[in-house]
Amino acid sequence: MSDATVSSTQAVVRKPGRLRLALAKPGFMTGIAIIGASVVLALFPGLFAPHDPNFIDYMAVRQPPSWLHPFGTDLLGRDTFSRVIWAYSVNMQMAFLATVFALLIGVVVGALVGYYRGIADLVFGRVVDAIITFPFLVLVIAVVAVLGPGLINMYIAITLVGWVYYARLMRAEVISQKANDYASAGIVMGYSDRRIIFRHLLPNAITPIIVYWMTDMALAILLGSSLGYLGLGAQPPQAEWGVLIAEGRNFITTAWWLSLMPGIAIVLTGLGFSLIGDGLADLLRPRG
Amino acid sequence: MSETVLEIRDVSLTFRGKRGVLDVVAGRPPRDVNALNGVTLDLKRGETLGVVGESGCGKSTLARCIVRLHEPNGGEILFHGSDVFAPDQRRDRSYNRRVQMMFQDPYSSLNPRMTTSQILKEALLVHGMCGEADVPERLEKLMDLVQLPRDALEKYPHEFSGGQRQRIAIARALAVEPEVLIADELVSALDVSVQAQIVNLLLELQERLGLTILFVAHDLRLVRHVSNRVAVIYLGRIVEIGDSETLFASPSHPYSQALLSAAPSLDPDDKGSKIHLEGELPSPMDIPPGCPFHVRCRHKTPKCTAELPVLRPLEGRGAVACHHAEKI
Amino acid sequence: MTLTQVQTPLLEVANLCTTFTAGGASIPAVRNVGFTLNRGEVLGLVGESGSGKSVTLRSILGLSRRYGETTGEVLWRGDNLVAMPESSLRPIRGGEIAMIFQEPMTSLNPLLTVGVQIDETLKAHTRMTASERKKRAIEMLDLVGIPAARSRLGEYPHQFSGGMRQRVMIAIALAARPKLLLADEPTTALDVTIQAQILDLILSLAKDFDMGVILVTHDLGVVAQTCDQVAVMYAGRIVEEGAVRAVLKSPQHPYTVGLMRSVPQNVPPRTPLYSIPGTPPSLLNLPQGCAFAPRCPNRSSACDQSRPELLDTGGGRALACFNKVRAGEGAAA
Ligand SMILES: Nc1ncnc2c1ncn2[C@@H]1O[C@H](COP(=O)(O)OP(=O)(O)OP(=O)(O)O)[C@@H](O)[C@H]1O
Ligand SMILES: Nc1ncnc2c1ncn2[C@@H]1O[C@H](COP(=O)(O)OP(=O)(O)OP(=O)(O)O)[C@@H](O)[C@H]1O
Ligand code: SF4
Ligand SMILES: [Mg+2]
Ligand SMILES: [Mg+2]
Repeated sequence: MSDATVSSTQAVVRKPGRLRLALAKPGFMTGIAIIGASVVLALFPGLFAPHDPNFIDYMAVRQPPSWLHPFGTDLLGRDTFSRVIWAYSVNMQMAFLATVFALLIGVVVGALVGYYRGIADLVFGRVVDAIITFPFLVLVIAVVAVLGPGLINMYIAITLVGWVYYARLMRAEVISQKANDYASAGIVMGYSDRRIIFRHLLPNAITPIIVYWMTDMALAILLGSSLGYLGLGAQPPQAEWGVLIAEGRNFITTAWWLSLMPGIAIVLTGLGFSLIGDGLADLLRPRG
Repeated sequence: MSETVLEIRDVSLTFRGKRGVLDVVAGRPPRDVNALNGVTLDLKRGETLGVVGESGCGKSTLARCIVRLHEPNGGEILFHGSDVFAPDQRRDRSYNRRVQMMFQDPYSSLNPRMTTSQILKEALLVHGMCGEADVPERLEKLMDLVQLPRDALEKYPHEFSGGQRQRIAIARALAVEPEVLIADELVSALDVSVQAQIVNLLLELQERLGLTILFVAHDLRLVRHVSNRVAVIYLGRIVEIGDSETLFASPSHPYSQALLSAAPSLDPDDKGSKIHLEGELPSPMDIPPGCPFHVRCRHKTPKCTAELPVLRPLEGRGAVACHHAEKI
Repeated sequence: MTLTQVQTPLLEVANLCTTFTAGGASIPAVRNVGFTLNRGEVLGLVGESGSGKSVTLRSILGLSRRYGETTGEVLWRGDNLVAMPESSLRPIRGGEIAMIFQEPMTSLNPLLTVGVQIDETLKAHTRMTASERKKRAIEMLDLVGIPAARSRLGEYPHQFSGGMRQRVMIAIALAARPKLLLADEPTTALDVTIQAQILDLILSLAKDFDMGVILVTHDLGVVAQTCDQVAVMYAGRIVEEGAVRAVLKSPQHPYTVGLMRSVPQNVPPRTPLYSIPGTPPSLLNLPQGCAFAPRCPNRSSACDQSRPELLDTGGGRALACFNKVRAGEGAAA
């Protein structure tokens, strides 16, 4: 029996730390930089905005970009650069608040129906079918129409529709994880369902959901600013990218900076989230 | 070797097939899979019972029923005399502690996101095997028991080879001090030298801890080596059961004979005298009447197509379910 | 095997190396592997778990590229697959060269029915119509011994037993009638009768359609009964190679001898089995000399100093060892 003793120098490979892996990915790091900067701007806009975003200056309306007003001014003479910076607060909040509840609800519902299947799963299937037959935007607008415009109602509307996508992903992922013997082993060990679902299955199933979350935050900003543009989300005079674009839409040819600058901010944060999502997809994959 | 630990009485399990609307309209019968059709056997304290049979005959289903991963439709499973599926027993998690199962696939049976020590600690604490403070000591003892180095505790499953992973799975099972181990193809995925190590480990642990083992495997040489008794299953029924050496030396049921003759010899020149099974492979969705083996049997008579042979003791050997066992 | 010898080989592998990099360290999983495979021939690949058998198969098809670097030559119909771009490899995979992966549980998609999964392969690699594909799918499931094949097409993988899933994998691999089959432990989850049936099926396809087969297995009985040639791997290299009969009857490498001894045959029941002492070396830290030296009963000082090359020992055999085991010596080691 002594010959069976195993030493630790097995033909086994040590993988490098996740951090080292992350640092080696330029795309991921760019994403982190963009979103990191966006978060800082969102938290402390006052530190970076050169002017008061709501300061009206009739002496300086619709000025083109200059050293004093890098993104020019709008038709009330407000500094566009400062308004775009201040809008980071609202738009980053949008990215987070419009998605995080959908994420939480979706993960729990998806994990439960995926684990237990049965009637609940059938009902869930119907709900999903019903919701995804409509385009996302149409449903959200319908809900906002019922609840009335405004940021909070917009978050509620996006959450009501959005959780389904998370739940669907989570369900599929839990079903395929549950087919692994480690899940059966948990049952055989006499562990509670709660422990198996949340301690064993969830950490293994969550990766695609987190990745999707990143894209979804980008989409939430897009959706939120679309609603702002349509007058259903943030309300003027609040500085919000969609609202800013809407304000500039009649002056595209004469005062192009009014819409272009917030547009660039949207694209840039969207890109940041996508880059992080791609990077995470690689980094969170279980190794082995 | 005398006390019966686990009694399996006439257990059957049918997986209900799904029937779409179209099937109902077309009048197609539901496609139920009859995975187990009345299995009866006893496990005695300290013995190893080998289970062999065709792939898909219900070996894993039987193993999973024993550990309550599936609930049988009929029959009962008694552990020290009490029915493990009785409503008051169902909630009793100590049964899950005392009867442990180990799985075939060393790559999926351990949670990839937990280290060895997390895996083992969870098992110890959930069942209150020891206090928080004693955990480190217990972990080290377990590592010694399955002959893994101590530093294996802080590693993740992907850092181990298949054989080492199976040791961790064994350690997890042993952590909760079980009486019965159900080993479903425990060593199938390992190379022969590592297989030998794991089998040696099992035999030694059995000796030391008085474990009762149900050993499911396809490798007949291995089953013969580890088992005291062997059961041969065909389409969810035991067709022969008996002392391992006797059964391997002279199988009585025509199916056992065919099965044992198909084991590939190590000698390239020994093409063996494989008994070729003629006839269509039967399906557990549509089990032939009479003796389920008759469609492929060389010895069948009209009686075989009409009447189901029961498992009956045979002079000088175990029990056989064949009408003509004496003559074959 | 006599007349066909003059043909050009189906597959020629030379100097195949695959190295993974992880955190600056390089892991040489496959080192200088070379062999030739003729049409209709079955080559067995055996060796310790982690010795690089699966990586060798994957490297032939360019599947290791994503994680590591593959160099050397894999000559297939005059092309070097190692140098071929991904886009030209894709139509070959699953078509001319099919692979049966080792993990039957994880290689099937749990969310798609078995029928859909077979159909996908046929769609990708043949020009069959939908009804022809369905017929072929049923025929293949039949051939691999899945009873009531027609009605099981609509079922999901979890409704199949372990062995049945493995047979589905085999059916998928063989559906498009490949010219070369890379089979990674195709029958480990199968009982011996089905195993015999599947191996017969593979053998008859090999003989009838001149399909070459590389069969990874750890069942030496399967090697004995199925393969023409066998190569034994240890720590990423081939250490012994030759005709099956010769190698199994008189193994020359101490590692091969150890493997043969671990098989429970002619051992009293329930007694400890022989197993090769020690553990395989870490690929990150290979011994300077022969990789097997630390565990080898025959080792001499030469073994620690330099690495034995795989050299011809006559009779179509090759060996990488300084202290060849002579016939009859093995059991005494
Ligand atoms: N969850 C399930 N749903 C439906 N049918 C199932 C399920 N699990 C198993 N079966 C069916 O039950 C039968 C017996 O399966 P089981 O897994 O017990 O076979 P086995 O003897 O372990 O085979 P193997 O040796 O291939 O592992 C098979 O026909 C299988 O298809
Ligand atoms: N993607 C990877 N990255 C790093 N190392 C790897 C990777 N894939 C395989 N390896 C290493 O390469 C070595 C050879 O692995 P391989 O899977 O070929 O072994 P094997 O001979 O098929 O073993 P088994 O019999 O267990 O299947 C192992 O040490 C393994 O850890
Ligand atoms: S009962 Fe008849 S058919 Fe069944 S195994 Fe015996 S001889 Fe064969
Ligand atoms: Mg099974
Ligand atoms: Mg392998």
